[in-house]
Amino acid sequence: MKRRIWLRWTIVVALVLIYVWTFAGIEFNGIKPTAGKITRSIFEGIFSPDWDYVYLPDGEDLLRGLLETLQISILGSVISAIVCIPFAFWSASRKGKSKAASGSGKFVLSFIRTFPELVMAILFTKAVGPGSFAGALALGLHSIGMLGKLFAEEVENMDSGPTEALVATGANRLQVLWFAVIPQVLPGFLSYSLYRFEINVRSATILGFVGAGGIGTPLIFALSSRSWDRVGIILLGIIVMVTIIDLISGYLRRKLA
Amino acid sequence: MNGTGTNGLSRLPKKPSRIKHYLTFVIVLWMVWGSAVQTDSTFKELFTGLPEMWKLIEEMFPPNWQYFDNIVPAMLETIRMAIAGTTFGAIIAIPFAVISASNIVKTPWIIYPARFILNLIRTIPDLLLAALFVAIFGLGLVPGILALAVFSVGLIAKLTYEAAETIDPGPLEAMTSVGANKIQWIVFGVVPQVAAHYVSYVLYTFEINVRAAAVLGLVGAGGIGLYYEKTLGFLEYDKTNSIILFTLAVVLVIDFISTKLREKLL
Repeated sequence: MKRRIWLRWTIVVALVLIYVWTFAGIEFNGIKPTAGKITRSIFEGIFSPDWDYVYLPDGEDLLRGLLETLQISILGSVISAIVCIPFAFWSASRKGKSKAASGSGKFVLSFIRTFPELVMAILFTKAVGPGSFAGALALGLHSIGMLGKLFAEEVENMDSGPTEALVATGANRLQVLWFAVIPQVLPGFLSYSLYRFEINVRSATILGFVGAGGIGTPLIFALSSRSWDRVGIILLGIIVMVTIIDLISGYLRRKLA
Repeated sequence: MNGTGTNGLSRLPKKPSRIKHYLTFVIVLWMVWGSAVQTDSTFKELFTGLPEMWKLIEEMFPPNWQYFDNIVPAMLETIRMAIAGTTFGAIIAIPFAVISASNIVKTPWIIYPARFILNLIRTIPDLLLAALFVAIFGLGLVPGILALAVFSVGLIAKLTYEAAETIDPGPLEAMTSVGANKIQWIVFGVVPQVAAHYVSYVLYTFEINVRAAAVLGLVGAGGIGLYYEKTLGFLEYDKTNSIILFTLAVVLVIDFISTKLREKLL
């Protein structure tokens, strides 16, 4: 009982110290007088958007920007879903496999996961030039971190019965892979890939901030040129697209499960 | 049974049609191929980019260790931003979680609008929120904190109300039967059952926010992200590498502490 009280007070003191440290270091110099006006303009933009921007016969418009965003996320998701498979088998810990092997794989995956994807996108724009391809590569590489981890869990949870049965009947490794492993892990792999695709659609909307293509490019231009009604319609477009993708992908994932 | 023959094989059920699978495969392939063509993504481009990429990596090593002294204040600022944003978000999330849980509030016209707002918030990436708030409030930590706070509300409130909906109804019924009012009902019936989950979700959101805060500076919302632009602009890739490594180390340490705390909680 005494220990519990001690523990409680330590937590309280630690929290107080953390918050004092946090808020003592934040300087707050008031809100810009224009803040209210700009907020109102953005909301006006959302509720009375610049509809003309949705489709322009020639050149950059909302629909093309959103389509490009989708294409980046499709490519990124497919790249990562394929590349992460060896990583998944590497980092999955299974019977008769050394701890060092799976441990090193897990470490590599968590390293990739913590590497910010926006920084990755900047580096890829330096390598392959600015544009959607850099964005797709950045998403593809970054997603390996999470997908690899989820895929590995799927491999770990696999039932070893079918594999053993096939080995007992004299199947070679390729046959074991094709008839025992793939049928078991494929639904999970597909479902996680779709889930990651949902995340990638959100991420792809901001890749344009660093020159890696998608709807972020016109958005950052609209923000810096203060055309709030255009910011409004782009935001609306993003919200609608993300919601629709979530609905479709969620439906497909429920069917897979 | 089977009039045509005694052969057992003929009674086997027909193989299910695979047309649907093939069709799905073709559609996915078409989508990938279309995306690749539209975005000019080719293997050729990738391979011509590889030497460039390698040069970049070579320039990044060895990292500039002296540069750490310059970025420590910015890193502390990043952590402050994440703590403040998560805290505000966590506080605002509580009422949202309460009015979205269908076993606490029984009126549909309160629950569904509240959930709709939460869903809306979660469709917008945190960096986009930060860019908006920078436009509204100007450069600095404040837009970053606000962006993280709004993002945290969406996440924490959703996770918490889902946890609240799965609590044991027994204590709640007991409270009702002894005549507790709504406030007492929530404080003594719901809170003790949800508190541990809530704290765990706040820590989880904090982990996400630390990662997000590290790049918010790219849109002008303070923290270490500002230094990416500075170093990349001057092509000082060794310094960029120091920032990346420092961020990775901090994120891993915070993740480790937070995960340990969460394991203790649940």
